[in-house]
Amino acid sequence: MNNNTTNILVVGTGGQGVMTAAEILAQAAIGQGLDVKKTEVAGMAQRGGVVSSHVRFGPKVLSPEIVVGEADILVGFEAAEAMRWCHYLRPGGVGMVNTLRLTPPIVSVGLFDYPADPIGEVRAAGVRVHDFDAGAIARQLGALNLVNTVMLGAIADLLPFPADVLKECILDRFRVGKPQWVEVNARAFDLGRAAAKTA
Amino acid sequence: MNAVIKAPAATRQFLSGNEAVARAVWECGVKVAAAYPGTPASEMLESVARYPDIYAEWSVNEKVSLEVAIGASMTGSRSFCCMKHVGMNVASDALMTLTLTGTPGGMVIAIADDVGMSSSQNEQDSRYWGRFAHLPILEPADSQEAYAMTKRAYALSEQFQCPVILRMTTRVCHVKCLVVGGEREAHQGAGFVKDPTRWVMVPGNAKRRLPMQLQREADLLAVAEQSDLNVLDEGSDRRIGFVTSGPAAMHVREAFPDMPMLKLGMSWPLPVEKVRAFAATVERLVVVEETEPLIETELRAAGLSVLGKEILPRIGELSPAVLRPRIGKLLGEAVVEEVPAAPVRPALEVFPRPPTMCPACPHLGVYFTLSQMKNVIISGDIGCYSLGVGHPWNSLDSLVSMGASMGIALGLDKGRGKSDENKKVLAVIGDSTFMHMGMTGLLDITYHGGNVTVLILDNRTVGMTGGQNTPANGRDIHGNPAPRIDFVKLVEALGVRRERIREVDPYELPTLFKALREETKIEEPSVIITNRPCVLIEDYVKREQLMVEEDRCTGCGTCIEVGCPAILVTRRGKEIKPNGREVDLSFVRIETSACTGCNLCVQTCGQKAIVPAV
Repeated sequence: MNNNTTNILVVGTGGQGVMTAAEILAQAAIGQGLDVKKTEVAGMAQRGGVVSSHVRFGPKVLSPEIVVGEADILVGFEAAEAMRWCHYLRPGGVGMVNTLRLTPPIVSVGLFDYPADPIGEVRAAGVRVHDFDAGAIARQLGALNLVNTVMLGAIADLLPFPADVLKECILDRFRVGKPQWVEVNARAFDLGRAAAKTA
Repeated sequence: MNAVIKAPAATRQFLSGNEAVARAVWECGVKVAAAYPGTPASEMLESVARYPDIYAEWSVNEKVSLEVAIGASMTGSRSFCCMKHVGMNVASDALMTLTLTGTPGGMVIAIADDVGMSSSQNEQDSRYWGRFAHLPILEPADSQEAYAMTKRAYALSEQFQCPVILRMTTRVCHVKCLVVGGEREAHQGAGFVKDPTRWVMVPGNAKRRLPMQLQREADLLAVAEQSDLNVLDEGSDRRIGFVTSGPAAMHVREAFPDMPMLKLGMSWPLPVEKVRAFAATVERLVVVEETEPLIETELRAAGLSVLGKEILPRIGELSPAVLRPRIGKLLGEAVVEEVPAAPVRPALEVFPRPPTMCPACPHLGVYFTLSQMKNVIISGDIGCYSLGVGHPWNSLDSLVSMGASMGIALGLDKGRGKSDENKKVLAVIGDSTFMHMGMTGLLDITYHGGNVTVLILDNRTVGMTGGQNTPANGRDIHGNPAPRIDFVKLVEALGVRRERIREVDPYELPTLFKALREETKIEEPSVIITNRPCVLIEDYVKREQLMVEEDRCTGCGTCIEVGCPAILVTRRGKEIKPNGREVDLSFVRIETSACTGCNLCVQTCGQKAIVPAV
């Protein structure tokens, strides 16, 4: 990790929960007594556009933005978005990517093509990337919005603090108010964590 | 958010710059806060409104919001007003005289510059207003500073009896970092004191106050020269000394941790002598500022040798990545090792993913209809419906500023060139933008008999900025009942004949098309008001979800022209028509989980292949 600062770039499309995932990562780091900055580039407040959230934490964080070539971890909620942002990773950085493919209208109507093998292209660019179908795990647990927790579980062992710190941070969000969601989120987290090991 | 509000003093909270300003506004005992939403400023007032004991309102435009704050300040109460950069263009008429009357009750005006233009029609540097209106400018670099400087700004405002401008940028407004808050202090205005020489700015009274504002600026300069808001950060590598302000300071510190930096938290009046003393301690002075070369130009005028925009970009955001190679080049070969190599790998080419309108957005029907009309010029406006410029509608011909669709449409009508003689002129404007600055423009159209058909897309909210309440939905900023505007009566009162005003359901394509065809034929001002709410607000009621019966889809592709993002092409083909012409086919499916059943696509399908999902 550069200069003792951990740089995590979370990317996806509007409405996927990118900002929530980034917020949880930030809260986990705050709980560890670290300085944290988080910034988003969401463009217009519309659905479906590109969303990227930068989370930086360490003893002291200055600029909120991750510089190209300095991200430690890329969390990709969508395959083509992982491809769009993978040049942000430092040499040796890791990409954790959901294999979901979301086709925007301009691709659907044929103005542009969706890459045939986006993750293959990321790999060909020399990136260490783990990819798996986070949606399948979420659906298996009964709720597609668990993708967020699955993806966080998948990167939990890449962080400079114990995986349980992140897990507890997620579960705490449900303990008050939505206790019925605690158990299933715990399982989603564990399954994401296991998937990352085999991906 | 409630956790933020209830957070006791001295706890560390993870706040955006906007939330941090709100916390400080509350702690300062502000009584009245007003704003019109606009990215990246909107969350400031949204957050303020969640605190108790503050009157907060979404004003109909930024000028009104500033005037509300002025009135509150006249009573001695503290007031707050915030807006995006272009908002101050609207409010500046009030600002330029407010600077003469001054403010007994502390007033802070937060202006948020959309540096990098993530959601704006232009890029402006609001620090110009400090110079223009002779008012102090404070420039926070992150949330903690936004909080602290807001508190300082109220003290400064009351000391000098003038509003203080807090200059924010997107990278302060929307960046979250840790903030330590404090206690709320009670503040009670002394009450309005009748004093026409101060409050009634007729020429005789205003003239007498002109010298005051110049003296005030001189006094503020003395404050700036001594202020601890202007921080000298020593460094061991004195080849360059940086003069900087706002978030640019964070980028400088990150990229060049060993070089001295003078960070101007109070950047206007510019403490030139402080900079001059700093310049004497370094080999070269480089000014790093977003976005215009204001500090740079003034330092140069003061006889200092500085570098700035000749080596750094004048457009868009700065960052360590922008600074490193440019400053590295300035330093020459000797420090090449300090400059990181080119990015490890180049960016890969991926299709663009522009923002889209939502499934069932009531604007879809309007733009589908407009896209079918020939021989029209469509004057557009600012809001979600600005997206009508894009694929597949391509149905906007102009967009300039809030409410401009009205005046521009009239000008297009009156100015018709040779090729425009038979064209129909239309204007498209949302409910909130119409109330913001469109009403006066419509009055100008009716007063001068403009041959213009105006579409008011009433979706009962400020959609683009996150669905804030407006007079169009009958709820105030807290969601409590408020009077709801009647657009039919309003436009009739503005001079449109009742016969030329129609209320139309934008989900009824034939009705919409008929109304447009008829009204554009009649050569007088007409207004068509659409009446479906934004799908993202509570007024929207979902209906039966839809699907495509695959074997009935003939691939004609007409439904795609609606522009709904839930309609996806599954496969393509070609067909030779009986006349020998080859046509492209696009067979579709509907992403049923995203569909809320507006039925627009159903009306475009000749094969009745789109049916309720089972």
